[in-house]
Amino acid sequence: MRYLPLSNADRSEMLRVIGAGSIDELFKDVPEEARLQGPIHGLPMHASELAVERHMSALSRKNMAAGDVPFFLGCGAYRHHIPASVDHIIQRGEFLTSYTPYQPEIAQGTLQMMFEFQTQVARLLGCEVANASMYDGSTAMWEAISMAHRITRRNKTVISSGVHPHYVSVATTMAKFTEDRLATAVPELTAEPDTERLIGKIDGETSAVVVQYPDILGRITDLTPIAEAAHAEGALLIAVVAEPVALGAIRSPGEMGADIVVGEGQSIGVGLQFGGPYVGLFACREKHVRQMPGRLAGETVDAEGKRGFVLTLSTREQHIRREKATSNICTSSVLCALAFTAHLTLLGEKGLRQLASLNHARACEVAERLASIPGVELVNDGFFNEFTLKLPVEARPAVHTMVGKGVLGGVSLGRLYPGEATLQNGLIIAVTETVTDEDIDALEAALKEVVQ
Amino acid sequence: MTVNPSGWRPSAPANEQGEAQTMTGNRALMLEEPLIFEIDGGESTGVDFAEVSQHAGRLGGLERSRPIGLPGLSEPEMVRHYTRLSRQNYAIDLGLFPLGSCTMKHNPRLNEKVARMPGFADVHPLQPQETVQGALEVINQLAFWLIDLTGMHGVAMSPKAGAHGELCGLLCIRAALEARGDKRAVVLVPESAHGTNPATAAFAGYRVENIPANPAGRVDLEALKTRLGPDVAAVMITNPNTCGLFEPDMKAISDAVHAAGAFVYCDGANFNAIVGKVRPGDLGIDAMHINLHKTFSTPHGGGGPGSGPVVLSQALAPYGPIPFAAKYPDGSFKIVEEETAGEEHPGAFGRMVAFHGQMGMFTRALTYILSHGADGLKQVAEDSVLNANYILRSLEDVLDAPFGKSGPCMHEAIFSDKGFAGDVNTLDLAKALIDEGFHPMTMYFPLVVHGAMLIEPTETESKASLDQFIAAVRSIAERAKAGDQNLKAAPFFAPRRRLDETLAARKPVLTYRDPEVAEAAE
Repeated sequence: MRYLPLSNADRSEMLRVIGAGSIDELFKDVPEEARLQGPIHGLPMHASELAVERHMSALSRKNMAAGDVPFFLGCGAYRHHIPASVDHIIQRGEFLTSYTPYQPEIAQGTLQMMFEFQTQVARLLGCEVANASMYDGSTAMWEAISMAHRITRRNKTVISSGVHPHYVSVATTMAKFTEDRLATAVPELTAEPDTERLIGKIDGETSAVVVQYPDILGRITDLTPIAEAAHAEGALLIAVVAEPVALGAIRSPGEMGADIVVGEGQSIGVGLQFGGPYVGLFACREKHVRQMPGRLAGETVDAEGKRGFVLTLSTREQHIRREKATSNICTSSVLCALAFTAHLTLLGEKGLRQLASLNHARACEVAERLASIPGVELVNDGFFNEFTLKLPVEARPAVHTMVGKGVLGGVSLGRLYPGEATLQNGLIIAVTETVTDEDIDALEAALKEVVQ
Repeated sequence: MTVNPSGWRPSAPANEQGEAQTMTGNRALMLEEPLIFEIDGGESTGVDFAEVSQHAGRLGGLERSRPIGLPGLSEPEMVRHYTRLSRQNYAIDLGLFPLGSCTMKHNPRLNEKVARMPGFADVHPLQPQETVQGALEVINQLAFWLIDLTGMHGVAMSPKAGAHGELCGLLCIRAALEARGDKRAVVLVPESAHGTNPATAAFAGYRVENIPANPAGRVDLEALKTRLGPDVAAVMITNPNTCGLFEPDMKAISDAVHAAGAFVYCDGANFNAIVGKVRPGDLGIDAMHINLHKTFSTPHGGGGPGSGPVVLSQALAPYGPIPFAAKYPDGSFKIVEEETAGEEHPGAFGRMVAFHGQMGMFTRALTYILSHGADGLKQVAEDSVLNANYILRSLEDVLDAPFGKSGPCMHEAIFSDKGFAGDVNTLDLAKALIDEGFHPMTMYFPLVVHGAMLIEPTETESKASLDQFIAAVRSIAERAKAGDQNLKAAPFFAPRRRLDETLAARKPVLTYRDPEVAEAAE
């Protein structure tokens, strides 16, 4: 077995040193009846690298890879070009095969990178501080709701209808067990989200208001009045950013008064990977940092006065506080955070703005062309790189028909909201810099056919 | 230009070893590296874009007006920055990484290659199901292996990490209890458990109570039996436990817990010791998370991402979360999510994550499993236990081994700093190990052993590597017993000397501030 260095001679010699007659003697605490004799029955034996690669490659080919077809899916996962150097960096063994930096003297690489990541995330989201990442956007949103609960000592949360339904579903699941009360709603196919109705739900018992920006339908709305309304009642504003590239073009939630900003960092540096691993972004005001979940890197000095970094404020965390911790989280998504930070460092301010501008321009072009198809209506007033169409037919079968034409033509609202009759004709289209003119032609032609 | 970006200025021409200082602060291959915010020329970009055509924007009047403050580097600068940083890290690729309870084994590179195949890496989670049959088949094949290797009934694949898996298991237990109208408020956790266990139980809405260990380092069965009652929802056991010992009474514990109407949660962090040798299902366990980044070698990546599927007993499987990949009689695969859960999986407690879990880890773990096969996995468990016992017996004459007398250990060996002279302690030994070129063991965990040192070598270390490690620990242990005060100042040769963690926590600096801004704030 190519991954196991011990030879049989080594094993015998080591058993002799240990003073055991056989390997089985080392397992003597396992009750005899629970000990398996020989390999587990019915499972294959070890295989060569070539054979395994062949098997996995065959499975891989059973999927339609996004890069092989005209591709327009978004809704919380976005296909952007990832520079080759980013993947090279995350494959360096010193990053790939290291662990949580418990020994900071020999983990400055990871710690400094976390500190840089925290700074980039805080600046991008418009907040004072950020942590070293969470599992993903959906779990980060629930953690933000719990954090607001701890800060305000209230347990009612108002979630905007524009929040990703899977994110809402995660929160609803968790709230069942924590007795948090969530006010949720499904979106309507309107040009602007109904901010007034959302504000109307905020009262003196509200812990937090959760708004996605841009929202699930791609709409962009000014968060300032929501922040003011929340603050007036002593509640916090939590903003969720599922497409952080947008923040190269539009104002950050922090600038508009959000107290906690969480997000899905996948779209910068991390591939689609069928949904994971991704990287949850989490930022907030400095005064709330001790209620924040997750790992934090902080600056300090070593015994010679040299600047260095350590994991800090760990008295919030489970390994110290046990059942009194702010969260049970034990990891952060460090390698994905590295991909995010390396990609963002390559982009810089200039590149991010160019990338955002390119996405928006492309999306405007596609929206205009698709909206000119008879019967197809553009729902949004404003959007970044993703918008919603109202088709004259149900969108779900339309998406399947387009697959038959070799086009991955968006996400149907029927997939996201299966029970909602009013949303069945909705189709969400995301357009990034990876889309070519030919892709757009193919989408337009396919959509024309399916709506006829 | 800043010559020495670390901010450090030598106070004397030579440090305490009498080494000469350099103008740059660098020492040959040990290179100081500034933060990206401090590198001159951070206004460039390392990505070239096509020209943007003129268009009327539709950003709803929310165009960004203020600068963000993001530095940009060209590709050569960016590659050099992170390459230099990488060299300040210890890693499995560099040497033995015996962090107990973390299973730092070799990460096969085939796994990385497979995870990057376009059919896995470049697939969107909301693609129509007919276009992702291969991805669903990977999830299904891995699920099949995990169920078979553990002798359980079902598996929830979506949890994002071990602690998330613990949460999943406890929520299954809560759902199962609620389904029978049984409100129970308490979860029992041994003192030796990982901190995530009590934190998770609290996160799931339970009150946590400790159960004591007996002098042999195992769960005290009698104390447990006494505490069981109608208010106890579950007992969380780690097996093999965090002292590196198998719980020989596991079946009796499970039987007692079940007789009291509660469930057994097993922390599967230490599954590497028994994979292919013992099936947790045969020991009466109801739920156990499997850290794919431990037993199944997906990379630790500096602390994540992990992946924590949870295997479930027949009693709990009906309550597992959505979504999951189901296989149909015609051989096709389907995602069971909100839409059809009502018919196909009505007991589901809900959803834990936006999409389908850590697919990128599933491809790697399945690759690892297929490479090893049933025979190789059994060998993994045996070699990991053999390596740990070899360390236990090679060091017990120089280091206190609190459970050494009670028989063999499993995949990790526990020692303590009992017998060290004066104020020399576990931390000092650990830091001295850094100078010898090793990553230290887990320190001060589990809490039940004072000054604990938990050593998990894993099966991917050769005998020569173990012998070198043993020799290094022996030499440091002897110095510790002799009260060598130099140990208090170790490490001497790492990129940094001991770091001031108290300062970091007292005055937290969590983001970079431009010097003029920082000064104005003072």
